[in-house]
Amino acid sequence: MTIDLKTIKHIAKLSRISVSEEKAKKLAGDLNSIFDFIEKLNELKTEKITPLTSIAETTLKLRHDEIKSKNIRQQIVKNSPEKNEDYFVVPKVIE
Amino acid sequence: MDQVSNNKLDYLISRKDNLYEIIIGLEVHAQVTSESKLFSSSATKFGAEPNTQVSLVDAAFPGMLPVINEFCIKQAIKTGIGLKAKINKRSIFDRKNYFYADLPQGYQISQFKDPIVGEGKVILDMPNGQKEVGIERLHLEQDAGKSIHDLDPQNTLVDLNRSGVALMEIVSKPDLRSPDEVSAYIKKLRSIMRYLGTCDGNMQEGSLRADVNVSVRIKGSKNLGTRCEIKNVNSIKFMQMAIEYEANRQVDLIEEGKSIDQETRLFDTKKNETRSMRSKEDAHDYRYFPDPDLLPLEVSEEFIDNIKKDIPELPDDKKRRFIDEFKLSPYEATILVSDIDTAKYFEEVVTKMGKNKDIKLAVNWITGELFAVLNSKNLEISQSPVSSKNFAILINLIKNGTISGKIAKTVFELMIEGDKDPQKIVEENGLKQQSDPKALEALIDKIINDNREKAVEYKQGKVKLFGFFVGQAMKASSGKANPQLINELLKKKL
Amino acid sequence: MSDITKQTLSDLIKNIKAKKLSSEEVTKDFIQRSEKSNKLNAYITEDFSNALQKAKMFDQKPNFNLKLPGIPIAVKDLFCTKDVMTTAGSKILNNFIPTYESTVTQNIWNEGGILLGKLNCDEFAMGSSNETSYFGNVQNPINENLVPGGSSGGSASAVCAQLTPITIGTDTGGSIRQPASFTGTVGLKPTYGSCSRYGIVAFASSLDQAGPMAQNVKDCALLQEIISTHDTKDSTSIDFKRSQYSQDLNKNIKGKKIGIPKEYRVDSMPKEIEDLWQKGIDYVKDCGAEIINISLPHTKYALPTYYIVAPAEASSNLARYDGVKYGFRAKGENLIDMYEKTRSEGFGAEVQRRIMIGTYVLSSGYYDAYYLKAQKVRKLIKNDFDEAYKKVDAILTPSTPSSAFKIGEKKDDPVSMYLNDIFTVPVNLAGLPGISIPAGHDSKGYPLGLQIIGKAFDEQNILNIAYAMEDKINFKNKISDWWIK
Repeated sequence: MTIDLKTIKHIAKLSRISVSEEKAKKLAGDLNSIFDFIEKLNELKTEKITPLTSIAETTLKLRHDEIKSKNIRQQIVKNSPEKNEDYFVVPKVIE
Repeated sequence: MDQVSNNKLDYLISRKDNLYEIIIGLEVHAQVTSESKLFSSSATKFGAEPNTQVSLVDAAFPGMLPVINEFCIKQAIKTGIGLKAKINKRSIFDRKNYFYADLPQGYQISQFKDPIVGEGKVILDMPNGQKEVGIERLHLEQDAGKSIHDLDPQNTLVDLNRSGVALMEIVSKPDLRSPDEVSAYIKKLRSIMRYLGTCDGNMQEGSLRADVNVSVRIKGSKNLGTRCEIKNVNSIKFMQMAIEYEANRQVDLIEEGKSIDQETRLFDTKKNETRSMRSKEDAHDYRYFPDPDLLPLEVSEEFIDNIKKDIPELPDDKKRRFIDEFKLSPYEATILVSDIDTAKYFEEVVTKMGKNKDIKLAVNWITGELFAVLNSKNLEISQSPVSSKNFAILINLIKNGTISGKIAKTVFELMIEGDKDPQKIVEENGLKQQSDPKALEALIDKIINDNREKAVEYKQGKVKLFGFFVGQAMKASSGKANPQLINELLKKKL
Repeated sequence: MSDITKQTLSDLIKNIKAKKLSSEEVTKDFIQRSEKSNKLNAYITEDFSNALQKAKMFDQKPNFNLKLPGIPIAVKDLFCTKDVMTTAGSKILNNFIPTYESTVTQNIWNEGGILLGKLNCDEFAMGSSNETSYFGNVQNPINENLVPGGSSGGSASAVCAQLTPITIGTDTGGSIRQPASFTGTVGLKPTYGSCSRYGIVAFASSLDQAGPMAQNVKDCALLQEIISTHDTKDSTSIDFKRSQYSQDLNKNIKGKKIGIPKEYRVDSMPKEIEDLWQKGIDYVKDCGAEIINISLPHTKYALPTYYIVAPAEASSNLARYDGVKYGFRAKGENLIDMYEKTRSEGFGAEVQRRIMIGTYVLSSGYYDAYYLKAQKVRKLIKNDFDEAYKKVDAILTPSTPSSAFKIGEKKDDPVSMYLNDIFTVPVNLAGLPGISIPAGHDSKGYPLGLQIIGKAFDEQNILNIAYAMEDKINFKNKISDWWIK
């Protein structure tokens, strides 16, 4: 199987990573060699195997419905690249 | 819009020789009533200052991990039981991956393949009878934050207070066929959840919103048409308007020989139309996979049984009981059970009326006078200016003949101010009904005497004049005379 | 007291408790040695003045009941540290200052440890050579121009060069054990669920585990005893009875059954590794353990499985780095443009490659063929170990298929780089504990490690085996301090 440039660009779009033509070509080469090696799995018949969903063999622990986190707005917005005391700021979105 | 078939049973769109029916399925997003969020311990209160109810987990800081809220699980199961649905003892949380400004993790934790609740049903009371709507599933998921586009001309601002709040997504089967059914379905769903206390159903605050899937097909056809999803509609009225617009748009396309694109659309409430949502264009591939930060959720039979013990009487059961126990008509019962607070008020009144009660009278007064007052004052029944206790006293006063129905209206108006005791109002204002036969006899004798000619006419066969004498008697008693007694005496005397 | 930095952790603790050394003296010496280590590039962030301050404070009011009384420790820069920059080796987190502390590091500070600084690592722990770090590659103290391994390369380098008495790393596919093997140090990857993941920058959630790195088994056991706690802030943290690993350390492994998996004898394996493994087998026999040949038939599928599962989880885990809440943001014409520029300028090539792989294997139409398939094979790999552990108590393998390679040697060949993790990856896929201990040198004089794999939650057992072997092997690291000259 080969991953073509169109697929690379689609995957890049989904990943929100911009790719130039050159970068897409490089990625296609890399991904194809990696998938050649991944295809080894096709040797195995796995129809009847239950997939592993979690490696920790225990069940989900439940938390009580209590408010423990107080207003920490200052901490929350402190590291944001576009400074604003109340909000996170992003370029204008048009719906 | 072309005319809509007025066949009582069907909502159909007709174009030339074709009749189209609408196929509607709803994905309702109901905010779970809980103190804290689904995977973090921050508050869920509505209307807080921006970003003041946001934890490190909600804002997706590096290394932060989700820990699930037990109460939200209980609420989802409770709702599932209310929808007569299958509760899945093992369910799995998946990540739904997409980028958006108000989605800090870059994915939403949801349930995809293995939801917590499976198939169930909701019964609708339509004018032409009952209709069953299938529930496909109910799953738990996180809400996103809020993007604010109109505060800053250059930027979009993001408030994450809502980020991580627990939602139940309730997916219906494509069983709905008209805007009215959609309205009834939403109201019923809301009613059930309010009975259960699992969602407050407040649409203004966004606690209940829906994605509406609409397709059309020639009536009688077995194939489903291409559907469009109208995202995030937050009022029943808008849902109905959106469906009407969208269905007609699709019919027009078909009639013009064009194809319908399967797409996500937005309902523009200002222009009253749906339009394609460009921003969601290339976000179709959500790459769901089980969230490795969480384990499969397993609930025991005992866990579910304990929740079952907590389930109150639900609208359908209550309705049946009201009909059996109080001999109400199905119509009356439906009105009284539709909202939990109305049902509660009604039952309180019934209890407080004591032994010798007139339930029919109470029902008429609740759905008549009380509803009118609430409507005019824009109040919920839980905020009623007349308590159920005083309301019950009032009904009893009518029932035992202390006041007439007409006087009762006057009394009721006086009760509204400060929830006054009707007994006192009657005493203080001397509104007690005159039921002393001797006094009334004297009063009637005088009226007949004063209107001899009319009395003669009556006797000669002008029976219509009976009403005139009743009116005169009531007037002379300032409305306090017992009308039944007046009737009896007049018949005797005339 | 001279040569403070050459002392083992146990000796340092003993000397501090005996008041022969103060925390300040110890801290000062490690700082001085660290300050001379620029060529190694082991640190991303130094926190020396604060460390010294804390050491002085400790000395003023010493608490000798603590397990790490005033001991300075540098940690991998994947652990979030309150008020100290945390980058995960990435430009996208450059200047990110957490307001919170990871559970694992908090456990260390609670026992009296003092933060020296944050150690270099592969970007988001994705790499086997520490060459993917935005902050430059790390040198192996064993030899100039040699990679220290990865992704905990800075940690391995720092312990090997005695810039810190012990450290912690994280291991997703071998990121503790492989660099330990490359630098002649000891590294333990605990059972999945043993150490909390809270506050650790996530790479692949179902594989990531923090673990101790040290110069000897005993120090490693002590650190494991401190960092492994049940944590309700991590849903995958497991509540099991944890041993007092250092106190319960025991060289007597007589009668233990040690499995030798035939599938680990890979075609390309150098003779030196083969010989080292045999030497290891002889050592454990000498200790009275029994050798049993076993089979782990799906071993060859472990790497392909890993390179589906880990990138898939990573592609989603790294979606939060979007320039909105923290870290680097590139200017963009609109939201999408901002995302795309931020992520393509903020992430390095290897991280982007893995995000692409992960997005691809999860995307519509490929999920079943890749991700689901991998989860099924993962089950088979786990079953292999379950079967084996019916017959044996632990498994002995080489840690890596080669000794440390040259900087740049494999940089442009991702697949050959990935093959480095061939012996370590199955352990992560099965969620088991594994320890790498130095066992000898190759012909070039570079260290080689052996790996002991245990049953889940059986860290004590593999630590004991490692402890017994360490005694027999009597490994000495050959370090010339070349970076100081």
